[in-house]
Amino acid sequence: MKTVFMRTPTLKDCPTHYCPGCGHGIAHRLIAETIDELGIRGRTIGIAPVGCAVLAYNYLDIDMVEVAHGRPPAVATGMKRTNPDKIIFSYQGDGDLAAIGTAEIIHAAHRGEQITVIFINNAVFGMTGGQMAPTTLLEQVTATTPRGRQTTSEGYPLQVSELLALLPGAIYVERCSLHNPTHVRKAKKAIKHAFELQVSGAQGLSLVEVLSPCPVYWRMTPVKAMEWIEKEMTKVFPLGRLKG
Amino acid sequence: MAGKIVIDTERCKGCGLCVVVCPKNCIVISNHSNKNGYFPAQVTNSDCTGCAMCAIICPDVAIEVFYESKVEAAKSNKKGKPNLIKEKA
Repeated sequence: MKTVFMRTPTLKDCPTHYCPGCGHGIAHRLIAETIDELGIRGRTIGIAPVGCAVLAYNYLDIDMVEVAHGRPPAVATGMKRTNPDKIIFSYQGDGDLAAIGTAEIIHAAHRGEQITVIFINNAVFGMTGGQMAPTTLLEQVTATTPRGRQTTSEGYPLQVSELLALLPGAIYVERCSLHNPTHVRKAKKAIKHAFELQVSGAQGLSLVEVLSPCPVYWRMTPVKAMEWIEKEMTKVFPLGRLKG
Repeated sequence: MAGKIVIDTERCKGCGLCVVVCPKNCIVISNHSNKNGYFPAQVTNSDCTGCAMCAIICPDVAIEVFYESKVEAAKSNKKGKPNLIKEKA
């Protein structure tokens, strides 16, 4: 009997603390599989964000560090410059990358740092209780926008990937989604390509934005959350390769 | 049976994503909760083709997928258990 699918060795065999239907589990698996397929487990260093994925180092069996909120690109810069042979990636949520860490990611991309950034966009601040994030969609109800996000008071959703794709230092920017198995496969390809670029020594930052569900703070069932990504979120955050 | 899935019911959080993506409707949510209080997914019928869609979407990596081709199944039948049709003849 042939094994079609099994847990990859880099993904530790322990239950995660994520809510049922959370996309972080899928994203962790894709990263772990990529690391195993490229055979870079011994020389990869990951950076865990502040957010729900703060405990990512408990689930990925590689060297990982935890960094102040929003600062992974800055720390990754130092790590990559002092250890050019290591593969450095940061795993950041939208609160981490698009809110408090906007300056860091823009300048890391602008300097063309040879790092890989996995950006998990779930349109809310998950860990702190579902408050509005810069990526929250218009009319979306969150803890701090009980009547839905309005342009007059809260502005528009921030499209970080489009912003970064304009910079010459970013060599690869792609937006994927986790809403069905097809798109999970596409996300895996994108993440693998981003790592491959770094392994091959390409000069510049590679970023993969992943649209991920947060069923609890979207106040939906996991299945409805996946449908919502497909119907609503991809309108504001169109999928596809933006650069590279 | 060509495919087979094994669900780790203690790891499963019962999100139900595998139930929706299964093209053969092989998976349902169980009526019995696991130790954590979640109602896990369970396999209902043997139509599984081993496509691994459920495993790809599973956020908790609770599903393992195996596949046995018909040729292989026939071989293992010859080696192992006696062939029922032959016995009848």
